[in-house]
Amino acid sequence: MAFTEDVRARLEVDAKEIIARYPKARSALLPLLHLVQAEQGYVTQDGIGFCADMLNITAAEVTAVVTFYTMYKQEPAGEYHVGVCTNTLCAVMGGDQIFAELSEHLGIGNHETTEDGRVSIERVECNAACDFAPVVMVNWEFFDNQSPETVKRLVDDLRVGNDVKPTRGADRVCTWREASRVLAGFPDGRAGEGVQAAGPTLEGLNLARARGWTAPAAGESNEENDQ
Amino acid sequence: MTTTLTPVLSAHWDEADSYTIGAYERHGGYKGLRKALTMAPEDIVAMVKDSGLRGRGGAGFPTGMKWGFLPQGGDKPHYLVVNADESEPGTCKDIPLMLANPQSLIEGIVISSFAIKANHAFIYVRGEVLHVVRRLQQAIGEAYDKGFLGADILGSGYNLELTLHCGAGAYICGEETALLDSLEGYRGQPRLKPPFPAVAGLYACPTVVNNVESIASVPSILTNGAGWFSGMGTEKSKGFGFFSLSGHVTKPGQYEAPLGITLRELLDMAGGVRAGHELKFWTPGGSSTPIFTAEHLDVPLDFESVGAAGSMLGTRALQIFDDTTCVIRAVLRWIEFYEHESCGKCTPCREGNFWMAQILERLEHGNGTEAELDKLLDICDNILGRSFCALGDGATSPVTSSIQYFRDEYIEHFRRGGCPFDPAASTVWAGGKA
Ligand SMILES: Cc1cc2nc3c(=O)[nH]c(=O)nc-3n(C[C@H](O)[C@H](O)[C@H](O)COP(=O)(O)O)c2cc1C
Ligand code: SF4
Ligand code: FES
Repeated sequence: MAFTEDVRARLEVDAKEIIARYPKARSALLPLLHLVQAEQGYVTQDGIGFCADMLNITAAEVTAVVTFYTMYKQEPAGEYHVGVCTNTLCAVMGGDQIFAELSEHLGIGNHETTEDGRVSIERVECNAACDFAPVVMVNWEFFDNQSPETVKRLVDDLRVGNDVKPTRGADRVCTWREASRVLAGFPDGRAGEGVQAAGPTLEGLNLARARGWTAPAAGESNEENDQ
Repeated sequence: MTTTLTPVLSAHWDEADSYTIGAYERHGGYKGLRKALTMAPEDIVAMVKDSGLRGRGGAGFPTGMKWGFLPQGGDKPHYLVVNADESEPGTCKDIPLMLANPQSLIEGIVISSFAIKANHAFIYVRGEVLHVVRRLQQAIGEAYDKGFLGADILGSGYNLELTLHCGAGAYICGEETALLDSLEGYRGQPRLKPPFPAVAGLYACPTVVNNVESIASVPSILTNGAGWFSGMGTEKSKGFGFFSLSGHVTKPGQYEAPLGITLRELLDMAGGVRAGHELKFWTPGGSSTPIFTAEHLDVPLDFESVGAAGSMLGTRALQIFDDTTCVIRAVLRWIEFYEHESCGKCTPCREGNFWMAQILERLEHGNGTEAELDKLLDICDNILGRSFCALGDGATSPVTSSIQYFRDEYIEHFRRGGCPFDPAASTVWAGGKA
């Protein structure tokens, strides 16, 4: 799957733009790996060679970095990569059952991809959304407050090509490659889609509004809040 | 007497366009920056010191003091690096903040960079949060367009470039020196300290690493004054912060309150532990902080009080577990996390977590012996204080604290030869709430 000359030329333009963001070129390695992952769906030997060329380092040095980080896939991921949070909080709230039922439903295990290449699954660590447990990520978009039923329906939709909408994210889940390109630092123009906040994020604010609680005004020394 | 909530950073999150620069300015955004640019950088550092702001990333180091450590007058550039890696299990405050109000972070970055005389700042955000990345990209673009970033900011002659950098999945990259290695394009492994980042950080230059919430709090201090900030909170833990409730609680979520609020007060606001159940154990500040039980409901959640009660305030990540939860299952899963995330650099953490996971797995299935509890404690002894970084130390917290409070439950497992709990009873769909 070596890059054709056209592809390589296009990637070089992107790579130079990435490298220019940093005082030192080597800092560009993580985004460059997101970039080659966006091109091929995973990090191939060609992708590694490309990064090494761009930064004037060896393929071994690049490989050492690739193997350290879980988001770089060394085998093709599905077009839709589904991460089920099974860190303690989500696991207890139902994440373990979600993963077990999902795995059985699709007939694949952790880090495996369906035969049609559409969906891969992974047990992921805490994704900083514990107040929305159990949490599932699709191509790193939030699907909050999930259940085994909602997740099975979700992957069925993904497999037949129905649009799927994250609970806090863009209006429609993009592909794995499109997501990787955003992570490389190339905006897709969709930041304005989706909610600003939802449910639990607003729980405290809503209560404060209902009870008339505010932070003290400037210049006001607030004894009450000092206990 | 009772503590009330104090929404500052979250004050306008319920407005649909809260993440735009228009909404931010509508509510007084960038006033703090305008004020800062009229001040001497040293005076801003002094103001942040006076406010009493302490790092919101877990360790609680005084922010102004950290800034003051940067050597002045050298010829090396200074850098500000914002730690947006948020990966400590239970911690879920920075991500919703950046989704709903990224401009508060950007304004904080410009003020803080000006104060420490940096002309290039970085946000290191974990990669697994695509929409947050989009929001940050947009926010940075808007700030450049408005002249809050770039050359000659608001005509002040001050220049600042801001680079967004996405991580690639590694909890250890939240540790500040591992983060710097990662930002330099290497495997994220911690560095020996000293030298501290203030002296030799990014590219061996003077660098400040601060948490998202710490930096996002800075504009409010500039706008409202150091006295306003220090008027909230407790004697040594000033100001407000997010308390993130998750798990078996009626209304999980973000509660922005003065430091020193108690879990009893927070649970009261959040509708209590889920219906029909009782509080069993909880973490005050993420999985790396020793667990607490119902006897700690009235501990003021500030750095000193939580420390005196045997744990750490950490990131105020209050994970609530009720009486349906098996404590060994919870601890095993956390240790599997540390085993997975250990960077492998030092032996106590790399091997210790591997052993502990195996022992805990046996214990959970009722195949252990009481001698193995002592072995676990012995391994913890060999990890704590002997690890290269705080990841290893933190891993011992759930183990030692769970044995301290729930020794009987461990014993019950091997007495019965199995786990007495039904995991199905702990799930959201088992009841209590839908
Ligand atoms: C294993 C490990 C993970 C950490 N993860 C984070 C993190 O995700 N975010 C963060 O702000 N600090 C994290 N920290 C703490 C940082 O090392 C550092 O103390 C902090 O970013 C300093 O910012 P502050 O002074 O504003 O709190 C972590 C520390 C360790 C040991
Ligand atoms: S304590 Fe763990 S994470 Fe930290 S340096 Fe040692 S092996 Fe790496
Ligand atoms: S434990 Fe699942 S998001 Fe935190």
